[in-house]
Amino acid sequence: MSRSDVLVDADWVEAHIDDPKVVIVEVDEDTSAYDKNHIKNAVRIDWKKDLQDPVRRDFVDQAGFEALLSAKGIANDDTVILYGGNNNWFASYAYWYFKLYGHDAVKLLDGGRKKWELDSRDLVAAVPERAATTYKAKSQDTSIRAFRDDVVASIGAQNLVDVRSPDEFSGKLLAPAHLPQEQSQRPGHVPSARNIPWSKNANDDGTFKSDDELKELYAEEQVDLAKDTIAYCRIGERSALTWFVLHELLGVGNVKNYDGSWTEYGSLVGVPIALGAN
Amino acid sequence: MCGAKTGGPDLSGVDVAKETIIQGSVTRDGEPVSGYVRLLDGGGEFTAEVPTSATGQFRFFAAPGTWTLRALVPGATVDRTVVAQQGAAAEVAIAV
Repeated sequence: MSRSDVLVDADWVEAHIDDPKVVIVEVDEDTSAYDKNHIKNAVRIDWKKDLQDPVRRDFVDQAGFEALLSAKGIANDDTVILYGGNNNWFASYAYWYFKLYGHDAVKLLDGGRKKWELDSRDLVAAVPERAATTYKAKSQDTSIRAFRDDVVASIGAQNLVDVRSPDEFSGKLLAPAHLPQEQSQRPGHVPSARNIPWSKNANDDGTFKSDDELKELYAEEQVDLAKDTIAYCRIGERSALTWFVLHELLGVGNVKNYDGSWTEYGSLVGVPIALGAN
Repeated sequence: MCGAKTGGPDLSGVDVAKETIIQGSVTRDGEPVSGYVRLLDGGGEFTAEVPTSATGQFRFFAAPGTWTLRALVPGATVDRTVVAQQGAAAEVAIAV
């Protein structure tokens, strides 16, 4: 797999903006950003409303994902281009989620909404109309999804990569600093996890660093990529970005994203927690 | 668009005593600018990032200490150092 199989730049998107078999999808932490404006012909997926089960803490099931993509007018043979704000955190999460349900032709827009805006490219308010499809999803590919027991079993044995900011990792903050610090669970990190913030994968404009820079980063941080790796953060969106870097850009085999992440692990009774910096 | 308001967003509804707030606005020639503000910790590591509001404003919930704000707008990047403490919002006006 090469970088161009999983990542496109803004020029590519502008060249394919009216291609009916290319569906541009905005997925933002701020789900109202789309209402203000978006890339021409882009549809919206709301990470909270569309991708989460409304009752249980889990994803929508296979039938739910089929219904969502059908309603959005996305067909099985469409190429999906995901982008969003916040350096593609939630677009990466959606990318991983599309892969989880077996949609192969999915790519990220490098730099996402921020790079597009900083380059002063066109954004529009018009919402496109796409005819509904009959989308068929595959069953979940759990080879890329970690659960809490996998994390506990990996302590001291496999790679655990905590991609939160250093202050969240050490236990000083419970959430990213643009959110109120109101969670009630315990601060800290999974013992033996390495703190490699997601931001080390990206440039200031939100684009990914080069493959060589990324390989050097994980080598410097002494992550033995011959071992299995689980990435986690607070709710699994920033770690989806690190999963994208390791699994999709660098082609590392056994990498999973733990979407339960710290909001689950930090609330479990009886599991070990470590405090302090790397 | 009207001119930029002075300072960060309105704090009504925020428990200021409990939080360590860094906020302010980004302007160019006195007018609000659309862009992003990054919060970097004492070691220069990324901690958070927000888009500016329609009035150029931003806000972070941080921890006490010294931080760097980095405004990213089309054609410019500007850094400002700020010291934050719990119970009082640190206000930072960034002109680009």
